[in-house]
Amino acid sequence: MLSLATVSAGYGSFQALFGVSIEVSRGEAVAVIGPNGAGKTTLMRVISGILPMREGTMTLEGRPVGGLPAHRIVELGIAHVPENRRLFPRLSVEENLRIGAFIPSARAGFSGQLDWVYNLFPRLRDRRTQLAGTMSGGEQQMCAIARALMSKPQLLLMDEPSAGLAPLVVRQVFDLVQRIRAEGLTVLIVEQNVQQVLEVVDRAYLLEAGAIKLSGTAAELKGSSFIRAAYMGL
Amino acid sequence: MDIYLFEAIINGVLLGGVLALLALGLNLIFGVIDVVWICYADIVMCGMYAVYFLYAQFGVPLPFAFVIAIAAISGLGVLVHLLIIAPVLDSAPVNQLLATGGLLFFLQSFATLLFGTDFRNIGVRLPVIEIASIYVSFARLIAFAVALIGAVALYLFLKRTYVGIAIRAIAQDREIVGLMGIDQRRIYLLVSAIGGALAGLAACLLALQYDVHPFIGNTFGPVIFMICVLGGLGNMIGGFIASFVVSQIIAIGGYYASTELSYVFAFTFFIGLILIRPRGLFAP
Repeated sequence: MLSLATVSAGYGSFQALFGVSIEVSRGEAVAVIGPNGAGKTTLMRVISGILPMREGTMTLEGRPVGGLPAHRIVELGIAHVPENRRLFPRLSVEENLRIGAFIPSARAGFSGQLDWVYNLFPRLRDRRTQLAGTMSGGEQQMCAIARALMSKPQLLLMDEPSAGLAPLVVRQVFDLVQRIRAEGLTVLIVEQNVQQVLEVVDRAYLLEAGAIKLSGTAAELKGSSFIRAAYMGL
Repeated sequence: MDIYLFEAIINGVLLGGVLALLALGLNLIFGVIDVVWICYADIVMCGMYAVYFLYAQFGVPLPFAFVIAIAAISGLGVLVHLLIIAPVLDSAPVNQLLATGGLLFFLQSFATLLFGTDFRNIGVRLPVIEIASIYVSFARLIAFAVALIGAVALYLFLKRTYVGIAIRAIAQDREIVGLMGIDQRRIYLLVSAIGGALAGLAACLLALQYDVHPFIGNTFGPVIFMICVLGGLGNMIGGFIASFVVSQIIAIGGYYASTELSYVFAFTFFIGLILIRPRGLFAP
């Protein structure tokens, strides 16, 4: 479905990604794990078009989409839940969800999609008129995921959805990833919470210092002594 | 209460309406594009000339002259964005101030060159009406009503429509709106067009009350900026309220002292308040 080949990217004179290649097939859940500053967020930003790539190619269903601006990428069915949630704090929950359905193809089915999202996150229905910035971290994360789902994406990018949340809420977020998959979405998720994310994905890539160091099925990586020692503290 | 004081207060409220309209336009542009149009009042001046020429020179019926002027100034707003703002969007704020400040002098000088420094009046004399022995200019009453309708229409647009919500979202998190499928550049153009249209609407309302000349922007431009800072730059509701605070100071000051001194009072109040609340009246 999504394929990146030898992608390089960076900010100014700083290069964050060095020839990264990854592959995500339809219906899969794939994780990108790695330490802080490895370039995981940069990778997500390149895929969603916020950050232009410098070299390499990106294709979606075989069609080249590298270099398209972010607002065009969304229309192609890729939604991005950004790092730190990035809700619009002074818009209500429902206004945030409406903005999520901004693209013409999503506006048409807005109310149906809203019902679906509210069923997935009943808490948001209760909070619909509340300003998004006044909710708890966990609720905000739910709202950020819901906002991305409002565009009816095929592929959902999630950047550290568990960051800064209480353990119980982290569990809810990962449960949710499984439910979203069950709905037929493809998921690409960036996480530092390696142990838990490997429970919910099919495959994973290890990104270190801007390059893919290791890849394999979740079971393989869970069994890798390197991963266990460096990322799971086992 | 003294009937003349009451009349001054009423006139202050009516004056506040048009100021509020301009403050809304300036705050909208600042909030969304993050650029201050120093030349905003001079764009209003262009609109007043448009009304003057269309109506008084070419005999276009007044309502049509108004519509054409609003459309033209809305287009001018888009041009200002494309030609002046867009090239300096990523540069330091001081460069942006210089660019729009430069446009202020350009517009004033260009108007002087084209039209001379004569004071021109569109020659519409609207009656002064008497309500319970208070005299109110009908032109001001219309200006107030229309300004209020414009403000409510803008509010509903920002509150109810997808594009309106997108405009508010962009002011809160510029970088992330692309992920929602929003094309920033198109929103910027739209906001410039709306800002221009509000300036055009204000121009129509002011042309009913005042003579047009190339430097008329100087008489209310600084007041609008003071209002916007007082309400908190980019805070549209704050600016709306501040318009009426400032117009009351001007009106009541004008009643007790003189019109000239009333502006001194208003700016003294502004300087004093900004020392105590540097981010405006309504900063959290």
